Amino acid sequence: MKNRILFFIAIFMAWSSIAQTITVCKTCTVSTIQSAITQAKDFDTIIIKKGTYKEHAIIVDKPLTIIGEKYPVIDGELKGEIITIISDDVTVDGLFIINVGTSYTEDYAAIRVKNSKNFVIQNLVLEKLFFGIYIEKSRDGKVYHNKIIGDAVEEYNSGNGIQLWYSKNVEIEHNFVQHVRDGIYLEFSDDCLIKNNVSTLNVRYGLHFMFSNDDIYQDNTFENNGAGVAVMFSKRIKMYNNLFKENWGTASYGMLLKEINDAEIIGNTFEDNTIGINIEGSNRIIYKHNNFSNNGWAIKVKGACYTNTFTENNFLYNSFDIAYNSNVNDNIFDKNFWSNYTGYDLDKNGIGDIPFRPVKLFSYIVNRTPETIILLRSMFIDIIDFSEKVSPVFTPDDLLDNNPLIKKLTW
Amino acid sequence: MLKILKYSFFDLMRSRWSYVYFAFYLLLGVVLLFLNNDLSKAVITLMNVIIVLVPLIGTIFGVMYYYNSQEFTELLLAQPIKRSSIFLGQYLGVALSLSMSLILGLGIPFVFYGLFESSAIWDFSLLLITGTFLTLIFTALAFNIALSNENKIKGFGYAILLWLFLAVIYDGLFLMTLIMFEDYPLDKLSLIGTMLNPIDLSRTLILLKLDISALLGYTGAVFKQFFGTSFGLVVSFFMLTVWVILPVLRIVFKAKKKDF
Repeated sequence: MKNRILFFIAIFMAWSSIAQTITVCKTCTVSTIQSAITQAKDFDTIIIKKGTYKEHAIIVDKPLTIIGEKYPVIDGELKGEIITIISDDVTVDGLFIINVGTSYTEDYAAIRVKNSKNFVIQNLVLEKLFFGIYIEKSRDGKVYHNKIIGDAVEEYNSGNGIQLWYSKNVEIEHNFVQHVRDGIYLEFSDDCLIKNNVSTLNVRYGLHFMFSNDDIYQDNTFENNGAGVAVMFSKRIKMYNNLFKENWGTASYGMLLKEINDAEIIGNTFEDNTIGINIEGSNRIIYKHNNFSNNGWAIKVKGACYTNTFTENNFLYNSFDIAYNSNVNDNIFDKNFWSNYTGYDLDKNGIGDIPFRPVKLFSYIVNRTPETIILLRSMFIDIIDFSEKVSPVFTPDDLLDNNPLIKKLTW
Repeated sequence: MLKILKYSFFDLMRSRWSYVYFAFYLLLGVVLLFLNNDLSKAVITLMNVIIVLVPLIGTIFGVMYYYNSQEFTELLLAQPIKRSSIFLGQYLGVALSLSMSLILGLGIPFVFYGLFESSAIWDFSLLLITGTFLTLIFTALAFNIALSNENKIKGFGYAILLWLFLAVIYDGLFLMTLIMFEDYPLDKLSLIGTMLNPIDLSRTLILLKLDISALLGYTGAVFKQFFGTSFGLVVSFFMLTVWVILPVLRIVFKAKKKDF
């Protein structure tokens, strides 16, 4: 008997929780998204048919699945925030959201997730935006396959593509972000996974970390941004197999590391950047299996960087391989391939017989007087570089790769 | 003038030195391309060679040719030919045969390597163009030196000194000036300093292609305009042309006044 009651209760609960579907279209009984949300019960599905919906300040306050059919347009008419999610378990899928309002006092976003869990935001297209997807104080969510195309020109009046603030365990995958301030921005956000995204042509950074720990980013492409990736004041970040390309300009870096500890930088490619990696106050970082090719400076070490290890990387045709601004060194360079290495390998063990000095005197001079860059590759510079190599005075004399490889590494 | 040019040109084409010069570049090109597995490294090495060696050979060859053909020149002067066409003819004969050795010597291996399909064609053509310009400039400078000095030893001495100055010493002085005045805005000064030396000018021109990412690292509006746009390329080529024209004009001027 008791079992039967339990069974009925279970059936009843199942029945009551069967999700209902509400369809929104211009000619339906429900013609606005906001009214559909008000009518819906928990765990219902709202299907939005193709059309243009001029709405803003839509608040999703119950667990719903909102699906757009053939990309319905939600036009915010520049009036402010468009969708705000304040409930757990919300899924938003397949919408085209445009015209987010710009404000200097509030961060209006195309879609904002606030204090919620288990959200899924996927297949959205956002254009003409201020902030794109803004996730605050939320956790365990997914942001997949979104396309965000902004029109940012200046830093002060533009927002970020995807922003995480005090959020945990969010997966950001396969997004495409262009022309915003920071492509993806994490602040106080831990344990996030950022994978397979493409972030290009952004005003400031392709990806930006602030005070965020234990995050992983891998297989992303950062091209032509103000600077590729800025990782600041964070611990234990893992950076695998990303591509940093053509970040050109005076303060432009493939990657900027500032106050980073215990990170791993493995398998990345830095190509045609003004500065491949700019390192400041970063300790115990492992650099392995990275390719640095055709950069102005492959690695620029600014100071307060201790016990970093650079092993098994390829340094190919960079104007400067390593630049130091002091003559103290506590970092280890070992078993790298340097295209500028001119030594020989008589015992044929694949390791050059004389150590390689990656820091040239000229890089020290350029650091002091930047205009001297115009003398790059001059014969006089080659002569003074050679004499510095023979007896180091200005550059750290213990900064050596004792086992430079003869052949380029492949893995 | 054309006749004298033709004569000088064929005279040089028959001479051993042209072949040696040609063979040297051919060998260099073959070694760099076929024994080296990377094209970008080959282009960098070639740049170093062109910037140092082409001016040196241009100067030495120019001075040598002038002194060697002095008797023939005096014979020609006795004929009713304009002085400017005699000397310009000889100058162009030397400069063109040297340029041809350079272009063919480096060009042939590159063509066999499959240059036309490779993306390095622009870098490579730029190398050849600057090499040709350097030959024209330094041969003209060499003729100037030879015209002003009857004494062969003195002439050779000055020629080598000129090369040494422009290839090495100038950059040293330039670097010292920049470091001494580092508290002042220097971007204009450094660009002007580059313009005043044809070797530096050609180097910058090639840097524009090879190391543009490093050059853009410096914060300066003038630099940025120069290196970031095609403005730099246009100005550099213009200055190289000026560098050819000025010494040639001096050859003409000097030849007219000179008492043989």
